[in-house]
Amino acid sequence: MNSVWAVTVATLVKDIRLEWRSKDALNSMLFFSLLVVVIFSFSFDPTAEESREIAGGLVWVAFLFSAVVALNQTWARELRNQVLDAYRVSPAPANSLFLAKAVGNFFLVSLLEAVMAPLFIVFYNLRSLGPSWELIPVALLGTWALVVNGTFFAAISLRTRSREIMLPLLLFPISIPAVQSMVEATRIILAGDGTARFWIILLLTYDVVFTTASLALFQTVLHAE
Amino acid sequence: MANPPIPVITVNNVIKQFGRFAALRGVTAEFDAGKFHAILGENGAGKTTLLRALAGLAQPTRGEISIFGKTPQQACREIGYMAHPSLLYDEMSGVENLRYFGRLYGIVGDARCEEAIRSVGLDPTLTRAVGQYSQGMRQRMSLARAILHDPRVLLLDEPFSNVDVHSARAMVGLLKGMRDAGKTVFVITHQARLLEGAADEFVWMQSGEIVDRTSSLNREDVQ
Amino acid sequence: MKRLFPILSVITAALLAYALYEALVVAPTERTMGDVQRIFYYHVPSAWTAFLLFLVNLVASVTYLVRRNPKADALAVVCAEVGVVFCTIVLVTGPIWARPVWGIWWTWDVRLTTTLVLWLIYVSYLVLRRFSDSAQTPVLAAVLAIFGALDVPLVYFSIWFFRTQHPQPVIGGGGSLDPRMAHVLLINWLAFSCFAFLVCWSRYRLELMQREIEEAHAMESLAGTGVAAKASMPLGRSSR
Repeated sequence: MNSVWAVTVATLVKDIRLEWRSKDALNSMLFFSLLVVVIFSFSFDPTAEESREIAGGLVWVAFLFSAVVALNQTWARELRNQVLDAYRVSPAPANSLFLAKAVGNFFLVSLLEAVMAPLFIVFYNLRSLGPSWELIPVALLGTWALVVNGTFFAAISLRTRSREIMLPLLLFPISIPAVQSMVEATRIILAGDGTARFWIILLLTYDVVFTTASLALFQTVLHAE
Repeated sequence: MANPPIPVITVNNVIKQFGRFAALRGVTAEFDAGKFHAILGENGAGKTTLLRALAGLAQPTRGEISIFGKTPQQACREIGYMAHPSLLYDEMSGVENLRYFGRLYGIVGDARCEEAIRSVGLDPTLTRAVGQYSQGMRQRMSLARAILHDPRVLLLDEPFSNVDVHSARAMVGLLKGMRDAGKTVFVITHQARLLEGAADEFVWMQSGEIVDRTSSLNREDVQ
Repeated sequence: MKRLFPILSVITAALLAYALYEALVVAPTERTMGDVQRIFYYHVPSAWTAFLLFLVNLVASVTYLVRRNPKADALAVVCAEVGVVFCTIVLVTGPIWARPVWGIWWTWDVRLTTTLVLWLIYVSYLVLRRFSDSAQTPVLAAVLAIFGALDVPLVYFSIWFFRTQHPQPVIGGGGSLDPRMAHVLLINWLAFSCFAFLVCWSRYRLELMQREIEEAHAMESLAGTGVAAKASMPLGRSSR
């Protein structure tokens, strides 16, 4: 009996193996992330005081753009040789595929963030005036917020023309409350300007709502044809 | 299950519309189980759409399909599907591919994967990535993937295209054996000659409809 | 049914004319803002109409997912289109009002920003409909509508909280409304709603007709034997 978890894990392992074997996509994504940080650094050149105010916005917008590149890639693999049909035709639950892709994307985007964040700290001489450990839940919840909807909309975009532009087009409007929460929370923590608790709770709510919605509706999207 | 499964596949007035184009215009047919049905017709006749509808990959705009009394999605364990794209991951070996797809059907362990690969005449110990196979090998590996979970119904869309004659004949022999073992086989092909002597009936499609069903390759042209 | 449309059109035209008169002539001039304030009678009813249309879109989308009724999908796309138009009116009249009164083009206040996000979501909805395969469009669009609906409360809360931290002028102000102004507002809303209903109704009929034509076109037998003709029944043929 195949449980949801067995198939999820098998799919995740398969994706990691495939990504490892053709590191081209990963390398180009890493380089793209680096470029984004550098370009932003040239465009916004504030003093140390101002940098704490705007760093939240800069960092998260940069993450958003890198994430979109990554999200487009991970579904593209299922289109080659129409492999997605093999999954659709099998009894494997649709949500296993979604979870595997979402978790895989989460690791991938986190990796990109782990590369970009230190660079931002260096280029902007960032130092946190508030409790910097609070940035961890913000980063985790914020990344999941982008990834869960990003994975879902990337799957929808598979069925459309102009696939690559469709993803950000669908993702950005819906992500607005999440991005605002991430940016505000980061700004508050870096500037030591009170508590970021409300924004963290809002992020958590956002994550719960959209993870539930994605799990409820992914089957419908996968089998739409 | 209280009732024995209905030994028939029915297509009931199925229409599949894509905007201004109808790939299937009201197909109604009944197919006996345990038979080898060859589906023939020109490009655009609707053969692929019909097969995808049978596989549960395409939802009919109207009409129903029943496979042994269940919808295609309910009957997914009993369906094996193969198309011209290989439905395999190019960067993994044959066994690795089948191991993964086996997981989707709850098959654990390599025994059945290796058996399926051997049954199509390939070597399960081959570690070469599938992307580096010849077309014939790739089609055969794709067939192995389709039969891995021992389905009762095989839906094959142009399995012999770009395959050398030797491999193609081997595949036909394998399919004939499966029909003899009680499986229902549907094959879309442009190379009807290959199926002479193997297929139980030839289903002719044109412009989104079934226009004729014959037991041999000889038929008068239907207007 | 057919005769109701012209009758309703005349009534709506009359209502709109009356509402215009009320808004521009009868309504009292606002004390602080002057005559510019009269744009309020277009800004607010447009917003209410847009929100109502988007709500109908949501209901139609959910209905479609549950019942797969093509008419529900037709209603959904109609409401989305007309809703976006009214939403655009809100977003345009907002700055036109704000600039002379408060000296700023835009303010990230709760209502205006939520309207902007709604507009973005529904424009992306329309783009998705245009760019996807016609066989899948209704399902994908319906799913997007649900996601959009889930998002709106979150947008509202996030901006509301942001505003409590960083206060800014609110277009339209708060506080109570002069009862005469409320009266004019309601008349305008009634007129706008009737107008929206008319537009939606014609668009809906147009959409159903378009689908019927598409289906007839698709079912047309290329071989000319008419074999297909007897097998199909056209969509959406209402009893007339």
